[in-house]
Amino acid sequence: MDNIIEEITGSEYKYGFVTNIETETIAKGLNEEVIRTISAKKEEPEWLLEYRLKAYRKWLTMEMPCWAQLDIPEIDFQDLIYYAAPKQQEAKDWEDVDPALKATFDKLGIPLTEQLALAGVAVDAVMDSVSVKTTFKDVLAEKGVIFCSFSEAVKDHPDLVRKYMGSVVPYTDNYFAALNTAVFSDGSFVYIPKGVRCPMELSTYFRINARGTGQFERTLIVVEDDGYVSYLEGCTAPQRDENQLHAAIVEIVVEKNAEVKYSTVQNWYPGDKEGKGGVFNFVTKRGICRGENAKLIWAQVETGSAVTWKYPSTILKGDGSVSEFYSVAVTNNYQQADTGTKMIHIGNNTRSRIVSKGISAGYSSNSYRGKVKVAKGCQNARNYSQCDSLLLGDKCGAHTFPYLEIENSTAQIEHEATTSKIGEDQIFYCNQRGISTENAVGLIIKGYAGDVLNKMPMEFAVEAQKLLQISLEGSVG
Amino acid sequence: MLKITNLHASVDGKEILKGINLEIKAGEVHAIMGPNGAGKSTLSSVLAGREKFQVSQGEIEFNGKNLLELSAEDRAREGIFMSFQYPVEIPGVSTVNFLKTAINEIRKYHGQSSYPPGDFLKMIRQKMELVGIDNKLLNRSLNEGFSGGEKKKNEIFQMAVLEPMLAILDETDSGLDIDALRVVANGVNKLKRPENATIVITHYQRLLDYIVPDVVHVLYDGRIVKTAGKELVAELEEKGYDWIKEEVNRA
Amino acid sequence: MIGIEKINADFTKLFKEGSALLEKGCSAVMNVCRKEAIEQFVKLGGIPHKQENYIYTDLLPVFEKDYNVVLKYIRQDVDINEVFRCAVTDLITDPILTVNGWWFDRNICSELPEEVVICSLKEASLKYPDLFYTHYNQYASKANQDSLIALNTAFAQDGVFIYIPDDVVLERPLQIINLLRANGDLMAFQRNLIVLGKNAKATVLVCDHTLSEQSFLMNNTTEVYLGENAYMDYYQVQNQHMGAAQINSLFVSEQRSSVFDSNIISLYGGFIRNNMYVSLNGEGGECNLYGMYILDKKQQVDNYSCIDHIAPHCTSREHFKGVLDDMGVANFCGCVRVRPDAQKTEAYQTNNNLLLSDAARINTKPQLIIDADDVKCSHGATIGQIDEEAMFYLRSRGIGLDEARMMMTFGFAHDIIQHVKLEPLRKKIDSLVEKRLRGEISKCNNCMLQCNK
Repeated sequence: MDNIIEEITGSEYKYGFVTNIETETIAKGLNEEVIRTISAKKEEPEWLLEYRLKAYRKWLTMEMPCWAQLDIPEIDFQDLIYYAAPKQQEAKDWEDVDPALKATFDKLGIPLTEQLALAGVAVDAVMDSVSVKTTFKDVLAEKGVIFCSFSEAVKDHPDLVRKYMGSVVPYTDNYFAALNTAVFSDGSFVYIPKGVRCPMELSTYFRINARGTGQFERTLIVVEDDGYVSYLEGCTAPQRDENQLHAAIVEIVVEKNAEVKYSTVQNWYPGDKEGKGGVFNFVTKRGICRGENAKLIWAQVETGSAVTWKYPSTILKGDGSVSEFYSVAVTNNYQQADTGTKMIHIGNNTRSRIVSKGISAGYSSNSYRGKVKVAKGCQNARNYSQCDSLLLGDKCGAHTFPYLEIENSTAQIEHEATTSKIGEDQIFYCNQRGISTENAVGLIIKGYAGDVLNKMPMEFAVEAQKLLQISLEGSVG
Repeated sequence: MLKITNLHASVDGKEILKGINLEIKAGEVHAIMGPNGAGKSTLSSVLAGREKFQVSQGEIEFNGKNLLELSAEDRAREGIFMSFQYPVEIPGVSTVNFLKTAINEIRKYHGQSSYPPGDFLKMIRQKMELVGIDNKLLNRSLNEGFSGGEKKKNEIFQMAVLEPMLAILDETDSGLDIDALRVVANGVNKLKRPENATIVITHYQRLLDYIVPDVVHVLYDGRIVKTAGKELVAELEEKGYDWIKEEVNRA
Repeated sequence: MIGIEKINADFTKLFKEGSALLEKGCSAVMNVCRKEAIEQFVKLGGIPHKQENYIYTDLLPVFEKDYNVVLKYIRQDVDINEVFRCAVTDLITDPILTVNGWWFDRNICSELPEEVVICSLKEASLKYPDLFYTHYNQYASKANQDSLIALNTAFAQDGVFIYIPDDVVLERPLQIINLLRANGDLMAFQRNLIVLGKNAKATVLVCDHTLSEQSFLMNNTTEVYLGENAYMDYYQVQNQHMGAAQINSLFVSEQRSSVFDSNIISLYGGFIRNNMYVSLNGEGGECNLYGMYILDKKQQVDNYSCIDHIAPHCTSREHFKGVLDDMGVANFCGCVRVRPDAQKTEAYQTNNNLLLSDAARINTKPQLIIDADDVKCSHGATIGQIDEEAMFYLRSRGIGLDEARMMMTFGFAHDIIQHVKLEPLRKKIDSLVEKRLRGEISKCNNCMLQCNK
């Protein structure tokens, strides 16, 4: 059994290559001057610089949170580069894109040519601190949909950005939110006007390339009444011995009868088998269902990063609003994940559902941490949570930390959790029917995580499933 | 005893019963048969007073009283008993305690004093023998961990204890093997009195081999489309419901 | 937080000034632990404030009252045996009384097997130094991050000591009756140590009562050691008045094949915090923790538990249920920890709550920390209302709305009470719970004062 585990956990990270490209960086370190430099490079308006500085000053007064079930080495924030950009800025035409960049995204399987694109998916590609290319902008513009890099949005749609930025995740929210607000580089901006169903999947692809840099992107999605969008983010990073820092913010505003589906396939470099290197991933993601019957769905497949600290959350403010959270988190070798969600029920008749599937292998630690809160005046809230853990091997850990805070008697809240392993008898049964151990494990994992994978957009579900299998290759017993 | 006139009822805004007319006299056994989805269970639920069902039209008179004005418990106290298709499990409440409470509340409703505890146990024992249920069920939590057959027997046992005027057996045969079915049917037959009446709601004829009805109704699409004597049971068994559907659709 | 700082300073001051009285009559083992504990208390920053394990518990209102602390035993002016009568009349027990945390000087413990020791903790600390050295503060130190436990070790001087040697089986339950009775508001500490040898068996029933209407804050810590194959059936019935606050900590160390069954029934009290720590140190150990709490008015009940599976092949079951009415607040935190070597562990944990009013509040935190893979673990928590379908079933049998609701609530609670193995006690608790749910009793039903506070 043990060597089966070894075998399946042993696979290599496919995306670990480095792109040789001219990069413009600023000096290491973090201070007000650095922030002014970033802001100046991006030609930002005064209010945004002020906002960054306010966040920075707040950050100085805060301490890194330590409540998570994570063992994080001390991070020297002065030893990081806070701005790195491929020399070539965003290209209007495909012909203008640096061939090395093209090759990078081709290699990652992210086609930036619209002809080659996956049918019906528009992509915003972000390399280190800046957006390289956004596809299908024109097609989307016809419908009134805005999909562009965050920097562009600051220039072209300052009113929208100013209105919504920080409205869901204020910079005071937590340590990493403050840090991000101070130094964020780029990210994506999506605006869906009233009554518009976005005709294609929108996708942002994040890539850390430069050495010793932190990536701090921000995503802002606003969907007006009756609008709809499905959005997907993917992430990879090169294989490096040192740890890389990623601290992002995602804010989502969902108005009356609107619906947002936010999917993540996170595959940052997880570090090597001995736990060396890998990305530290600290992400604050939050959406608000502001209007009646608004709906927000989170779906995530988390296989990468050395450390994951991430709790996509929803504030259910509008009456009748609905939120769902589906997560598969895989940890292998020395990876650590502390992830989950928060569902804050404020409006009447709000419903939420949480399905979390943790898979731990190797020496990893995998924690679910979630909160369901029902506010005092919130009538008829419903929540159902299911948090399952699958352990592959006896050196890993699976932890479950739900917090249920209920202040209204009409609430119906249910939480269930189980811990299991793949039994030898299960594998044997499959073997006996002629299925190889590898495939048997794949089958069992697929069955285990199926509820979540089914929630991913079709184009990515297959990808996500492959990723799961690769992450666990050689690891199951 | 029971008179239903032009009864219309709906659930979640969808009309299920579309004008039921039915009269049942003391001493009679009526069978209501019909295909799935005809409204059989809705009818029993409306009679028992389940609030989920809205009565939009029509009247139900029970022993001269307007049944629709009564709450579920008052209907029970007036003598309506429904044997549930899916008896509910109530952890922590023993069957004996449950019945004692029920019987005393019913007595109170009729201005009678509580059942003397000694007599109560004696009576319970008698009824247990009559229905043929196991002593152990008494002290177990109501229906919890009971097998399908035990649950149904327990329903008939409760009926024996509460001595209703009108018993409604809602799909009592579903999920029972032939032995359990015989026990249940036997219980029902033993409890039959000239002053009582019974409605047997069922999809199959099986139960009606043991509980012989005086009148058979076929319920289809929310209406009673055919009423005849017990010979109808055999006909339905032989030909199924399709010919009735066709007849209705032709008309 | 000036309030908390002042309270913390008061404790250190009291310790310093009262040290002569505190140490008097206690063994060196106790007094050494005492000194270390006050240092730990200071190091931890005093009484818990916004700490993870007390995240939903605001201790300030509990501690800020102006309590008296009495550092020596005051002889009671009446015979408590006369004042207090146990309500469970048909349960024959060997009663042991404590008053305000002190061993009652007129306790009579005859008719017990000769080798069994039951006496005042203080006395035992001097008389049985070996037992004391081996066990005292060995299990409580497991919670060395909880400053309230440290506070107990620092200030507790007396309580109950029970030693049941190898192979001794007690026929009758031991009933520890903890009474609070004072002329002014009182803060008190009590410390108990119960040691069961190999194959020993005992039933222990703990009853907490208030006999006067003053405000009380009782910090009571009990350590239990279960030798190989020992069995203990533990019950605690908490029935105090609204002005009483209780911090009740139970530490259980289980050796191979031992079994610990426990039922903690919180019937009444202003503030109750139950800490339960169970370590399963040997293979084949079993632990069953059951609890029930019924709250109304502004009561608060916190149940915190930590079950540590250290050895393989152990089983733990935990089930707590609560009924919350008015402005009651309940917090449940259950942590099941499975250490890397504890393969073949089975651990189940459930917390169910019934909310009857909109002002009531429940926070529940069922946690699993699993570091072994061949285990069966699950936990669940629900918050809900009475099942409508079941209500209809009852009503269709002629049972009225209020009575039906009562029955359902009672049934909900009975799920826990059914685990009580002492029949007279179970019946009594059943009837107390029923009365409680009908609103017929408020607090100490059997309190002679009937002050109805």
